[in-house]
Amino acid sequence: MNKTLPFALLLSMLLPLAHAGEAVPTAEDPALEKRVMEVSHNLRCLVCQNQTIADSNAELAVDLRNQVREKLKQGESEKEILNYMVSRYGDFVLFKPLVKSTTWLLWFGPLLLVVLGVGVLIVMLRQRRKLMGQAQVMSAEEHVRAASLLSGKNKGDRS
Amino acid sequence: MKRAFIPLGIFVTLVVFLWIGLSLNPREVPSPLVGKPAPTFRLPQLHDASKTFSPEDMRGKVWLLNVWASWCATCLQEHPLLREMSRRNIVPIYGLNYKDKREDGIAWLNMHGDPYVLAAYDIEGKVGIDWGVYGVPESFLIDKAGIIRHKVIGAIKPEDMALLLPLIKELNDE
Repeated sequence: MNKTLPFALLLSMLLPLAHAGEAVPTAEDPALEKRVMEVSHNLRCLVCQNQTIADSNAELAVDLRNQVREKLKQGESEKEILNYMVSRYGDFVLFKPLVKSTTWLLWFGPLLLVVLGVGVLIVMLRQRRKLMGQAQVMSAEEHVRAASLLSGKNKGDRS
Repeated sequence: MKRAFIPLGIFVTLVVFLWIGLSLNPREVPSPLVGKPAPTFRLPQLHDASKTFSPEDMRGKVWLLNVWASWCATCLQEHPLLREMSRRNIVPIYGLNYKDKREDGIAWLNMHGDPYVLAAYDIEGKVGIDWGVYGVPESFLIDKAGIIRHKVIGAIKPEDMALLLPLIKELNDE
């Protein structure tokens, strides 16, 4: 092993950071670029899947942004562009999943869990209250015996 | 005693879900284009820029479009298989040279062998986007009516042939 290896490893670890910056828009038409970025924020980069194509500098993301730019120039609406991307890459390309039957669990699953949790909690609390209600009340005699047991006078009395 | 099984049940459920989740390949995004008409294009050919190629030229034939580039390492993995398919005349294979330099693409084919009837040249990768390509290699099997019937994402592996061969036969008989 030579000395350059750890250095190379360190460099390779830093590599992802090089992509972390938001892609720099070209300055030719700021209004258009703003629209391009708005639309791009809704599209997933399929190479670096947890980034939008607005955040990514992967080659595919750059190409897709160019495509978005071109379509905006042609006067297409955001919805039309998103529909085009979905028709080519599938629903997964949308950064925010659609609300439809296959994604109901995704959208409403957490809510379902909360409802379930609250339900379980209510049932448990009710049961506990019922048990409390059923708890036997000690007679005066038993109180006396308990007190004497607690005071430790009746050591050895196991009856 | 029954209560003791509740945490166990939750744990097993979690394990099952995580197991399924981990065994999925997030890189394989199913294409919505399967079953849809192949997006059309007209591109210059790789070897001869004065000639063009369009999927329209292929009407009435079953064919394979293989998206590839000289800079793509995985393409080399599937290459022997493509050449074998071409040698055995299983299906005509057309290349889509994706975001490549023309001379690099030609040199690569000269070096490794050319399985393609011809290759179209997509320097900007726009046709790639239109076909939902997000990495190379990708291969599309197109039927006589111009409908995409199957898509292989990544290198075509010998295992894929178990599906491809009968499908090609079936499509040819249609």
